Amino acid sequence: MSNGTSVKGGGTFRFGLLLLAFPLMLWLFLLVVLPHIDLFLVSMRERISYGKYEFSLINYIEFFSEPLYWNTYVRTAVMSIFATFLTLVIGFPVSYYIAKFMRGKGKNVLFLMCLIPFWVSELVRTFGWMILLRESGVVSNFLQWSGIADGPVEMLYNDATIMVGLVYTSMLFMIVPLVSVLDSLDDSLIEAGYDLGGNGFTVTRDIVIPHAMPGIASGCIVVFMLTLGNYLTPNLLGGKDSLWFTEQIYTQFITRFNWESGSAFGFLLLVLSSLIVWVGLKLSKQTLSETVG
Amino acid sequence: MADQFDLECRNVVKKFDDFTAVDDISLAIPKGSFFSILGPSGCGKTTLLRMLAGFQAPTSGDILIKGSSVLGVPPNRRPVNMVFQHLALFPMMNVAENVAYGLKRRGVNKATIAQKVNETLARVGLPDSGPKQISQLSGGQKQRIAIARCLVLDPAVLLLDEPLGALDLKLREHMKVELKQLQHEIGTTFVYITHDQSEALVMSDQVAVMNAGRFEQVGAPQDLYYKPQTAFVAGFVGESNRWHGVVGGGNDHQVEINLAAGGKVVAKRDANAALKDGQAVEVFVRPEAIAIDGEGAVDNTLSAKVENVLFNGAASSLQVREATTGHEMTVALPQTGTFASVKAGDNINLSWSFEQTRCFAASDVGATA
Amino acid sequence: MSKKHGALRGSLLGLTAIAGMVSLVSAAQADELRLLTWGGYAPDEVIEAFEKETGIDVEVTLSNNEDMISKLRATGGGGFDLAQPSQDRITGAQLEYGIYKPMDLSKVDSAKFIPSMLAATKANTTVDGEVYGVPHVWGTSGLIVDKTKAANVADYTDLCADDLAGKVSYRLKRPTLIGFAYAMGLDPFAAYGDEAKYQEILDAVEAKLIDCKSNVKTYWEGGDALLNLVRSGEVVAAMAWDTGGWKLNNDNADITFVAPKSGALGWIDTFVLPSKTKNEDAAYKWINFVMQPEIAAMITANAGNFTASKGADEFADDKLKAQFQGSFPAKDLDNIKWYPTVPAGLEVLEGKTLDRVKAAQSN
Repeated sequence: MSNGTSVKGGGTFRFGLLLLAFPLMLWLFLLVVLPHIDLFLVSMRERISYGKYEFSLINYIEFFSEPLYWNTYVRTAVMSIFATFLTLVIGFPVSYYIAKFMRGKGKNVLFLMCLIPFWVSELVRTFGWMILLRESGVVSNFLQWSGIADGPVEMLYNDATIMVGLVYTSMLFMIVPLVSVLDSLDDSLIEAGYDLGGNGFTVTRDIVIPHAMPGIASGCIVVFMLTLGNYLTPNLLGGKDSLWFTEQIYTQFITRFNWESGSAFGFLLLVLSSLIVWVGLKLSKQTLSETVG
Repeated sequence: MADQFDLECRNVVKKFDDFTAVDDISLAIPKGSFFSILGPSGCGKTTLLRMLAGFQAPTSGDILIKGSSVLGVPPNRRPVNMVFQHLALFPMMNVAENVAYGLKRRGVNKATIAQKVNETLARVGLPDSGPKQISQLSGGQKQRIAIARCLVLDPAVLLLDEPLGALDLKLREHMKVELKQLQHEIGTTFVYITHDQSEALVMSDQVAVMNAGRFEQVGAPQDLYYKPQTAFVAGFVGESNRWHGVVGGGNDHQVEINLAAGGKVVAKRDANAALKDGQAVEVFVRPEAIAIDGEGAVDNTLSAKVENVLFNGAASSLQVREATTGHEMTVALPQTGTFASVKAGDNINLSWSFEQTRCFAASDVGATA
Repeated sequence: MSKKHGALRGSLLGLTAIAGMVSLVSAAQADELRLLTWGGYAPDEVIEAFEKETGIDVEVTLSNNEDMISKLRATGGGGFDLAQPSQDRITGAQLEYGIYKPMDLSKVDSAKFIPSMLAATKANTTVDGEVYGVPHVWGTSGLIVDKTKAANVADYTDLCADDLAGKVSYRLKRPTLIGFAYAMGLDPFAAYGDEAKYQEILDAVEAKLIDCKSNVKTYWEGGDALLNLVRSGEVVAAMAWDTGGWKLNNDNADITFVAPKSGALGWIDTFVLPSKTKNEDAAYKWINFVMQPEIAAMITANAGNFTASKGADEFADDKLKAQFQGSFPAKDLDNIKWYPTVPAGLEVLEGKTLDRVKAAQSN
């Protein structure tokens, strides 16, 4: 430190910045970049015999030639997109209400109510749904008691239940960015919209939604990623027909000891999510930096 | 008779719980006039305007536009449009889209919209700005677009909520003139609310001075300035020297007032105000009504010492302290430059006519402009 | 530049120091046995007794066959001192990943084992002349049946009967494939050495399972989830482990474990040393400790399954013994199909079959 800081001030500053960024870089490198490189390398090899591997594209070829994997992949993507859309459709009015109609304490209370389900683990939340929806569960018993249903009603183990679970799990991640972006919308813009002849629908379409677009995009990205990568909810609520791509990856890694194809699947999932997010951003004319910033 | 007024309010009251924001206001605005509502912040003028626009409903009373009641008519169905305080231009649309917004809502066909938008942009002096983004406009240009966005709809009444507040001083001065001119050209009725008396005086045909939910006085700017009817108006509109005092006699034309600080002033007796001897009053004299060193009327005279010379070109003035009572006063310097040599510390004699001196029964209101 | 270098070197040194401290801390706790095992195999009272006798702390990690192999594979056989995979899953994993270490049989008190079971396990876990496993707990999988509601279920294929639609459950794992194959009159174990033949069997089972899918309420994953399904009456017949049936039988006499006509599938969970075990002595001590008849009986009481410990039967709970005898009359006991070692490659075939069953539309 003897070479005076005044002389090499710039250098010291840069060094300081480097020092500050170092833990982040280390974290990114050790926990994100390095495993992915390894994952990629593993996905590019084929097991020849005990402990012997060779470079090969067989894992990827297998994915594309086996309709089961391919179907699961597409099904997961489509259902994730649909779940994201549903979350948006339900979350938007809720966020609008919180941001524009509630003031002070009421706002905090509502916000907190959205947060409360996240104080328990995802597993417990999912089991909560199972207790409600199973054949001998609360809802089924209520329907029988009230005479709406004659016998026990099974509401678990189908796609609609998966959807309910996914939307419920993701709701907060949609509401938080939406509330913050709607909060920043000047009330007078909405009033001006009405004043100039707009009605509820056109004001929402022409003013509120365009303003909220960055929040909508970031909420959708987060929800989509969470949904696509969800394992517990589709697995537990979907039962015998759940068919989620993360399950495939889990199965390949853990049950089949087939790290090679598991890695390939993992990589394909990464490509899929990146691609869909990219297309979504293009379609909504948003940029990633705007959405994140 | 009703249809000669574009806008009429009849005994409009607006209460928020216990608080009465607008207290029994009645007004009638003739076609094509520029009407201002002038008042300090919190006087209820914004609430009144929002009731006119339809964002709030009056607790009681009636609002009529072009002779028919608009109570229960939502904002998007009222033939009035509003220029918001911060303009509220839609940042997600370009200039042309902003202006076209209202026409689109009315289902006007595209060709007509394009033509009307161009006409209106030309009328506000920004003919080529259609494709620009809102963020590319200067403050004054935004102002004009905000007005154009309303005018394109041919509203019966244009409501303006202190739209000049956000501009810098120079631009504000400029826009005042421009707005007045624009209103004159298009002939639409403007209702303009502001707390800036100069905006109201310069632009308006009629000004309503509002205080604590009520109209203190409605009249032409000249009337408000030269013939204020209440102490609040005298204090709020234009600059004044003000004293507290007690009525100490006088005749049919004049009132003699003994000032609380000592000394005596003769003021004009207002026919409407019955002032009795011993009643507490407030006395107002405009700085420009006071003559320096004995020219003109000499109903009131006093000598004073110059404390400060506030040179501001044509609007230069002196701050003086009265020799006997120590009361501070402001005296306008004649624009001729006669007293250009006066400097701090000089002793001068001041005089003014009783007709330029107004007195009102004292109120609690302490607002001054 | 030199500064940057210094910073980098410094941080690396720092990391090394932290790593060093971590290893020091773990070294300080050297007298610890890290056990990778199944639920119920290391009850608290047994751990306490062991700690009292030897002063060795036992740290238990609960797992299953696939998870054990995956965990050990990920660390190259490190992180644990003793593991308990099933005997049929040892040689394949050892050949493939080299995650285990040969047993020093001289350190194991062979007198405490039931001789036939010890011999069978040794034979099944031998790779290149080295023995890798000794037996611990054994049991079977078969059927859990509510006799009042599903009296006709006597074999796996009976789960596909129309009158049980939506009321049965099984796992989508390899035991199900094998069980169904036997119930369909096929012999999968005999086809272990012949991939083509095995594939034929798998194809037949796959067709059956897809056909049966609409009958299934859900494929169960965890044992507790299945017990809940049966207890609530949502499921009246399921393929499951014997102990689950006996547990349910304690609460509801109508429900019990039934050995299928085609034979229950017998499994033996073993003791194996991971290749990077750090406390081999403690591992042997634990093996010899838990194989004592009194201790083995405690494990049986907890896990519900019998052990390979000689003489432990005397200490076992009478009710459990009665349940066992109820489920396994002498002819059924002889009919148990013990899992032979799984040859490499079969699991891939099985995996694809299971995937296709899972993906098939049930309605």
